[in-house]
Amino acid sequence: MTLLDRHLAFVKALRAAGLPVSLSEGLDAVHAVGALGLGDREALRAAYAATLVKRQPHRPAFDQVFDLYFPALVGNGTVPREKHQLDGDLGADRVGLSADGPEELAEFREALRGALGVGDPDALRALAREAVQRFGLIRGRGPGEQRWSSYNVMNRVSPAELVGSDDPSTRRLREAQAQVFEGLVEAEVRRRAAEVRGPEHVAKYTVRRSIDQLDFTSARRADLEEMRREIGPLARRLATRLNRHKASRRRGPVDFRHTVRASMSSGGVPLEIRHRPRRPTRSDLVVLCDVSGSVASFAGFTLMLVFALREQFDRVRAFTFVDEIHEVTDRFRTGGDPAETLASLAASAQHATLWGRTHYGRAFTRFAEEHRDALTPKTNLLVLGDARSNYSDLALPVVADLVKAARHAWWLNPESTRHWGTGDSAARDYAALMPMVECRNLVQLGQFVSDLA
Amino acid sequence: MTAPWFDSVADAGKRLAEVGYLADQATATTTYLAGVLEKPLLVEGPAGVGKTELAKAIARATGADLVRLQCYEGLDEARALYEWNYKKQLLRIQASGADQSWADTHDDIFSEEFLLTRPLLTAIRREEPTVLLIDEVDKTDVEVEGLLLEVLSDFQVTIPELGTMVAVRRPLVVLTSNATRELSEAVRRRCLYLHIDYPDAEREHAIVVSQVDGIEDVLARQVVETVGRLRALELRKSPSIAESVDWARTLVALQTETLDAAAIDATLGVVLKHASDLDRAVRELRLR
Repeated sequence: MTLLDRHLAFVKALRAAGLPVSLSEGLDAVHAVGALGLGDREALRAAYAATLVKRQPHRPAFDQVFDLYFPALVGNGTVPREKHQLDGDLGADRVGLSADGPEELAEFREALRGALGVGDPDALRALAREAVQRFGLIRGRGPGEQRWSSYNVMNRVSPAELVGSDDPSTRRLREAQAQVFEGLVEAEVRRRAAEVRGPEHVAKYTVRRSIDQLDFTSARRADLEEMRREIGPLARRLATRLNRHKASRRRGPVDFRHTVRASMSSGGVPLEIRHRPRRPTRSDLVVLCDVSGSVASFAGFTLMLVFALREQFDRVRAFTFVDEIHEVTDRFRTGGDPAETLASLAASAQHATLWGRTHYGRAFTRFAEEHRDALTPKTNLLVLGDARSNYSDLALPVVADLVKAARHAWWLNPESTRHWGTGDSAARDYAALMPMVECRNLVQLGQFVSDLA
Repeated sequence: MTAPWFDSVADAGKRLAEVGYLADQATATTTYLAGVLEKPLLVEGPAGVGKTELAKAIARATGADLVRLQCYEGLDEARALYEWNYKKQLLRIQASGADQSWADTHDDIFSEEFLLTRPLLTAIRREEPTVLLIDEVDKTDVEVEGLLLEVLSDFQVTIPELGTMVAVRRPLVVLTSNATRELSEAVRRRCLYLHIDYPDAEREHAIVVSQVDGIEDVLARQVVETVGRLRALELRKSPSIAESVDWARTLVALQTETLDAAAIDATLGVVLKHASDLDRAVRELRLR
């Protein structure tokens, strides 16, 4: 494979991973690599990153693909490649670095405990490499085929248990280090897999999408934390955009008196036209969120975003439900800590629960009974949830009545459109009453909220 | 062909360090590439990590002059590119009297004499080496981006009455952004991209020591370590390099020798600017 082929394959893999790499950017990258030479791997990475990655959220995906196409080392790295292959074929009597057993495991964990405390990236990288080599090998499908599993490694080494420390901030640092270690192990497994099965294959199946395109429902815990951190900046961006948009609409009809007055300085020639300001209009918003298990994080994010943008609305009220309705408006304070707000929101879920099974019909009926006055002709109603109601009564007439009472109503569904109406999903029934919008990731959520305000 | 901005990546890093900007590998490489490829450099990152400072440092390191366009909401063509001096033109018309024909007057009032150049046009017309800093480009309206495109890709400005002005010598353009608004794809595509993040402990220590006079090595390490811990917390506004430097200065001014819990508690307001952040830090670091 020539260098050009590798470059083209790399660019193709980046595009497949969701990075918008244009033709001219590819050309720039070639120029940049030409200017720098191929002597230094990190310089090559910097050259590609500067020319191809124009958004920081894309950076993790870029790094993964880069590591696949331009790996730091080949094979074991620590022992010669021929010997390693020999070891692999023999299987049983592996020696030296690839030895595996209870003592080795204990010894390795001790070394890792030390490295987590020091936080030396090189040591961690070496340990990750060693861990994959020792504990990650699993039998492949074909004879003599080798595969590695990060799950095996994390299961056996379990770095989370090595974090233990009394001081909370020290523990936090060590936890961060443990996460770095996990990332390194995964990268190492990908590298080994790419050697065996080719980078195209691995890039296709393992490279994760950037965080703002990741589905809420398939996010892992670490992803959710990252998403929560994204909410603040996203809200700020949306608020800026909305303010601008409003500012541009604020220009009303021409203010004749003002314009003539301003023309005095240019001898009566009206060079600058003055406009009268327009009256601002804002609407109320009522949000109803399903906070049962699977969709709780989605509801939390949406609420955070809505409340971060509350200046754009006249008044916002939020209710959560599982099978009982509960108002949570007072849990959102200006300047409140996002992590704490989400935690208190999760704690409030018990007030929204009577029997613990999602029951949309009952929740809507209870809302209509207790908080019917929240809906006025100025109100926009927003329902968040996957519309999976355990085959219970849907209370469709009540919902139709609520929709009629509000000015507009929308339903945000975190499930993909093709899952609507499958199983116990009542999405199609509710969609007949109010427009239902697919809202699977932060991009779609941001888009919807900005259209709403 | 004019002299290159930097000879190599190492040269870029060294010369930036000489003028007091400690760049990491990625920053030095990207800066060097911006010089070699003659492409604008878009720098993003949290507030206070030295984005604007990078442009100033490049200007100092290469002996170029810095032309700065500070962006803000409502910035328009007249303030960024050029403007006709209407009042002077009016005076010219009124003074010309009856003997001059309209055609002459028309040609006359749209000449360079009546042109007010603004930063973008100034930077393009300069013959000396120039660093053009377009600061906080995310604060402008979308229309201004459109107007930047011609400048950024071809280094030229078209003035309908005078024709197209092509750069005599291409300036090195640095755009900075805090990502309060998504920049358009068109701008991103034309630029090299550099994300500057919080530095690692070693580099931050070096920065603090170089920026703050008379700071003890131990104290600098403690400051950097504590700031690192604060960044690990989930804060509304994480402390950046500017804040660590401010903090170190404060501690030196207060003649603090070691950074213990009491000292941190007394001066934490220098680093954290939100009440909820302060509460959280006090709780997590067990200050009270």
